[in-house]
Amino acid sequence: MSAAEQNTAVAIRELKIDLASSGADIVEGIVLEVRAGEVLGLVGESGSGKTTVGMALLGYARPGGRMTGGEILIDGRPLSAMTSGQLRQLRGGTVSYIPQDPGTALNPALRIGRQLSEMLDVHAPGTSEEARRARLRETLEEVALPADEQFLARYPHQLSGGQQQRVAIAMAFACRPHVIVCDEPTTGLDVTTQARVLETIRDLARSHRVAAVYVSHDLAVVAELADHVAVMYAGRIVERGPRDVIFMRPRHPYTRRLLRAVPDLAGKRAVIGIGGRAPLPGHRPSGCFFAPRCDLAIDRCREHFPESTEFEAGHTVHCYRAEDAPDEVPTTGAPSPATQAGETVVTVEHVNASHGKKQALFDIDFSVLRNECVALVGESGSGKTTIARCIAGLHSNYTGDIKLDSQRLAQSARHRTTQARKQIQYVFQNPYASLNPRRTVGQTIARQLRLFFPVNRGETARRVGDLLERVALSADAASRYPDQLSGGERQRVAIARALAAEPSLLVCDEITSALDVSVQAAIVELLRDLRIQTGLSMLFITHNLALIRTIADRVLVMTEGRIVESGPTTELFGAPSADYTRRLLANTPSIEAALGQVAAPSE
Amino acid sequence: MSTSVITAESLAEAPPAVGQRRWAALLRATMRQWRSRIGLMTVVALAGPLIAPHAPTQFVTAPNSPPSSQALFGGDVLGRDVWSRFLYGGRSVLGMAVAATIIGVGLGLVVGLTAAYLKGAVDEILMRIADVFMAFPQIVLALLLVAAFGPSVPLIILIVGISHAPRVARVMRGAGLQVVERDFIKSAEAVGEPRRRIIFGELLPNVTSPLLVEVGLRLTYSIGLIAALNFIGDGIQPPTADWGVMINENRLAVAFQPWGVVLPVAAIALLTIGTNLLTDGFARAMLGVERGE
Repeated sequence: MSAAEQNTAVAIRELKIDLASSGADIVEGIVLEVRAGEVLGLVGESGSGKTTVGMALLGYARPGGRMTGGEILIDGRPLSAMTSGQLRQLRGGTVSYIPQDPGTALNPALRIGRQLSEMLDVHAPGTSEEARRARLRETLEEVALPADEQFLARYPHQLSGGQQQRVAIAMAFACRPHVIVCDEPTTGLDVTTQARVLETIRDLARSHRVAAVYVSHDLAVVAELADHVAVMYAGRIVERGPRDVIFMRPRHPYTRRLLRAVPDLAGKRAVIGIGGRAPLPGHRPSGCFFAPRCDLAIDRCREHFPESTEFEAGHTVHCYRAEDAPDEVPTTGAPSPATQAGETVVTVEHVNASHGKKQALFDIDFSVLRNECVALVGESGSGKTTIARCIAGLHSNYTGDIKLDSQRLAQSARHRTTQARKQIQYVFQNPYASLNPRRTVGQTIARQLRLFFPVNRGETARRVGDLLERVALSADAASRYPDQLSGGERQRVAIARALAAEPSLLVCDEITSALDVSVQAAIVELLRDLRIQTGLSMLFITHNLALIRTIADRVLVMTEGRIVESGPTTELFGAPSADYTRRLLANTPSIEAALGQVAAPSE
Repeated sequence: MSTSVITAESLAEAPPAVGQRRWAALLRATMRQWRSRIGLMTVVALAGPLIAPHAPTQFVTAPNSPPSSQALFGGDVLGRDVWSRFLYGGRSVLGMAVAATIIGVGLGLVVGLTAAYLKGAVDEILMRIADVFMAFPQIVLALLLVAAFGPSVPLIILIVGISHAPRVARVMRGAGLQVVERDFIKSAEAVGEPRRRIIFGELLPNVTSPLLVEVGLRLTYSIGLIAALNFIGDGIQPPTADWGVMINENRLAVAFQPWGVVLPVAAIALLTIGTNLLTDGFARAMLGVERGE
């Protein structure tokens, strides 16, 4: 098997990285192999240690971290034996890196051409000017960027997000590396741009026989891109194997639950969240780290961390119950039940809005019915948040009418009646910013109650308790400050605060985009239950098409400040009429579509 | 009944932090800072009147007499005990400085946060007024007003306070601007919280760290400024024991009875450093507590 071994560009053996301060392990027992020309998807939720492993391939232990065990071999050479000079040659030369946010990775003060040629100066010194120019041109062509002088003379801020990421990719591939580490390079990009960037990475990795490690929380992206997948949970790899095996015959309970939490474009199914939260370094239990959240856990799981078991070629699982786990493909459950819509709650008529002198919305017209969930989809800059803010009275620079129960509303929330403010409640995108960090959860919700209802002390406390229970938080959460809660818990508090006003319309502005998929699924479940229980109407704003499928009755598709298509969810997904919608659907990554390409013949 | 699956473990891990415990933790953390300990010692020294051997205005020895058994550090220009007058003389400075600081920081806080929240024309007008005030050195402004209205303790306090306000307003506006952009302010607007409540209920609790630093800084400046005004004779009038007044009274005899000047000068310097260390320690402790240390 020497041929195969020669092909192995990256080999990680029992890697362990500790926090230098406390000795708690960030990641441990990491075993990975990536062959040349192959893409490995390293999947995990926030805090799982996936970025730590990615950075370790560049010979970095993250700030505060220290490599305390194991070995990393690049082209068969151990990183630990290298001098700092050799490591510098390695980084960017043999192993290169595509960052998450190119906006901060590119030097804003240097022209694009200068930054690209710097890479070559460092890693290919002595080559002729002519050869370097040729290489530069070639690299830019590969990432579909113009190689003319005019483009090279630009500064990073003169490029779009997608172009910046292409420049970063060009820089990564310029020195013809053997290994490339991509750290969620498409997180900040729109789906259309994302699709193009992913295609570029895949093509380059294949054509140059580069071993790529693609670190991501987005399972759908990984399904489309990767050949092999490793799933990380709380600093360990719990399962790894060929892509099709991981997505179609997952063995580890965490992988199964994670797949069930991902909304999918093609799948008409409900998403199911995972309760609890991943243990942090220093607080990890003695047995399997997933055991406290696992339905299948037995006593043995709580005593020892499971060793790896190999099922099929290259498919290893760290779980005692892997064989007992039900063998079903995790695509069950019904999507959101179609609701009985009633009369109109909010109507938006001929709304034109501007940011300063720039017009952001053009003649927007729609309504939301009682007990209906309307989704507003669009890419960044499409104006969807502006609509939401107009409705909530937070953006008052608009013309046209917004009506609540056929009463025209004043432009700004300050001039609206208390009743109108109570009826429309807004939940913000980022739960880290929408709660006052200096108030306890109880104080935040109690304030909302006192604003809208004449309640006394005892009544307030009782109602705060009720509200917390309705969003599945325990009553003692009332005495916590927001920084003592996780992102998902904070978003629940924000929802409880909105519910405290007993609104008729809940405006949800990208409320799950800052959260992990398992938490997103739990929030979506919660919203669905609330709608069934209370007959609440919802305006659900998102850029995630797959998510809509599981929650919305009706969809409005927006681009450049206009609604280009609207209709019932199933119709729109089945037969989109606008070109833009079709393009959006085609570019949205989907696990089932990605696997379908492979699995379709066998069915 | 919906269950509490989401929070069960996470809540067990996090320590409870009820308002009162936070303050206790803050106080303990403050005392752990060496700065605070040294600072506290200097401030405690102001309990001097309790150990003073004589009344501050009692004649105990010959004028400008050297240290003796009756007067530890000798007699002053009128034959009063320098040591006793020194022990009494800090209270007036510190009292006036604290009052001036409260006025100055309070006023600056209101102006700064209002400007930060309302922005636009209000911000422009308030900040330009502040610029005009800041164009004068504080001591010149104070002398100008004392010359116009005559020396009196309440006036000095007011003047020193007002001369601090624009500087505090600048800092608080800067701190406030960053908080104003956050969503919880928008959230309060959306439910129709009155502006006053947004500024003092939502904004203020989030700028306490820079506020504390300002309190310490302004207190230090106040002590220097007030001691200077008392020295010039525009503030506290003799025969009251006051460090600034003492320096003025005894400066002519400094060559052969230096204690009457050296003691109050050293005291003013130490008090300034002491208050600064104490507030600095407090601010650091606060940061530490916020970071969960």
